[in-house]
Amino acid sequence: MTTLAAERISIAFGGVRALDGVSFKAAAGIVFSIIGPNGAGKTTLFNVISGLCAPDDGHVWLGGEDVTALAPERLARRGLSRTFQNLQIFSRLTTLENVMIGRHRHESTGLVADLLHLPVVDWQNRLTREAALKALARVGLGAMAQRPARGLAYGDLKRLEIARALATEPAVLLLDEPAAGCNPTETNNIETMIRGIAADGITVVLVEHDMRLVMNISDHIHVLANGHTLAEGDAATIRANPAVIEAYLGAHNAASEPASAVR
Amino acid sequence: MQRHRLIPLLPLAGIILVLPLLFPSAYYYRVAALVFIFAIAALGLNLLMGFAGQVSLGHAGFMGVGAYAVAIGPSHLGIAPLFSFVLGAVLSALLAFIVGRPILRLRGHYLAVATLGFGVLLTIVFTNEAKWTGGPDGMAVQQMLVINWTVRRISTWYWVLAVSFLLSAVIALNLIDSPTGRALRAIHDSERAARVLGVDVAQKKLAVFVISAVYASVAGSFFGFINGYVTPDVSGFLRSIELVAMVVLGGMGSIVGSFVGSAVLVILPQALTIFHEYEHAILGLTLMAVMIFLRRGIVPSLSAVLGGTYK
Repeated sequence: MTTLAAERISIAFGGVRALDGVSFKAAAGIVFSIIGPNGAGKTTLFNVISGLCAPDDGHVWLGGEDVTALAPERLARRGLSRTFQNLQIFSRLTTLENVMIGRHRHESTGLVADLLHLPVVDWQNRLTREAALKALARVGLGAMAQRPARGLAYGDLKRLEIARALATEPAVLLLDEPAAGCNPTETNNIETMIRGIAADGITVVLVEHDMRLVMNISDHIHVLANGHTLAEGDAATIRANPAVIEAYLGAHNAASEPASAVR
Repeated sequence: MQRHRLIPLLPLAGIILVLPLLFPSAYYYRVAALVFIFAIAALGLNLLMGFAGQVSLGHAGFMGVGAYAVAIGPSHLGIAPLFSFVLGAVLSALLAFIVGRPILRLRGHYLAVATLGFGVLLTIVFTNEAKWTGGPDGMAVQQMLVINWTVRRISTWYWVLAVSFLLSAVIALNLIDSPTGRALRAIHDSERAARVLGVDVAQKKLAVFVISAVYASVAGSFFGFINGYVTPDVSGFLRSIELVAMVVLGGMGSIVGSFVGSAVLVILPQALTIFHEYEHAILGLTLMAVMIFLRRGIVPSLSAVLGGTYK
């Protein structure tokens, strides 16, 4: 089991401090949620953790190792994978092939073997296909395996992204708004799925706007506003925190003071 | 049970086998030989463009390296033609490896312009290094010699090139149906997603760039051999564009398509000479019409119309 920790992460984009000294620690095997109003820096934090952008300052720790600004593919090999808020599906590939890409880090044929199609490639392809089918079945997309991915419904694409990330066999899984745009039934399915993933000992880090989902499944919640940490704690603590309530109400009320000023 | 990956090649192999029976003269062998040569180059470029989604507008540059290798090797350096051929491929791979690293960080239009510059640069080198290359007039290429067998007759070349093309196609199909090939196709759609799933995108792009350079180099060497001479035009900008047109016309990501694209762009100009001065206009119009009505390229579009999944 692996813990994920961020230490005083700061990053600015053209003078705007998207993240300012954000720290957190997600214990192994828990569901850790990051919430906050739009523009709070949640996705930026995800991008920093997953290596897609390097922070100006601060560190990311994965299982006790400093992995700050390590390339995403290296992080994937160390057991960190993620999904995207705006879907990043391989639309020319079939549903199954999408998940097979998730197995890439477990594939061991070399380029020469691939070019000559040595017997090891057949063996590897079969292994990859079986593992990918398992991951697909787990999110309930087994029947869609041979369909072109671009033909899938939105809710199915969300699950496909999760299956693909699961296929990498991550220790830490970052889910960026898995329930966005989903109807209540689909959201319930995703809730069950996340519980199952956490039960397998995978640390789930979740960014989500659906508060009912967040409050239901989170072991720990971290609230961001304007790039700062606003509050953290379990669901009950967060629900009762006046600054959090203010930040969310303030987000709807342009005339109010910045949420951080309320404290 | 999945269909075997090499099945799409069977009809093509059949046609190649029967075709010479219909050839009334050596001229037809020559045209067919050119089709094979450009099909090999287009295949390589298709791996890069059609599968990995990385454009190159300078790929004829590698054809130039292959062509000048078999020209310069035997005449200036006394290296056997067959060995020069291999040396050209190695040199192209090395060159692709060196320029690929910085260039492949670029995307889309920026990559297009950078590769274009690379192709132009090589053409300038071939034109200016007259001591080695004969300058703008070009230089002669000695005949292909395999141990003590000289490949001389164009009908012999037909078979050598047919086998070379089919081998190239087999290797391309092997690659596509492998872990590397899958990763390349994923890169085409989303580099970010590929990376977070553990695909070393920079390394895969470089690998396919090197492979496609070797394909172009091999085609260039053959081109030099069957022409018996080589000029800087072999690596020129128009040549590069022609290769891109073959890939797109035949169908991006279609192995058979690269052959069809090459066949159309080699045969059509020859067939249209009966229209004299209107030749180029008709060629242009035909290409436009094909792309408008078969927008995914000849092979994928026709295959979709016929309800098949032939690739």
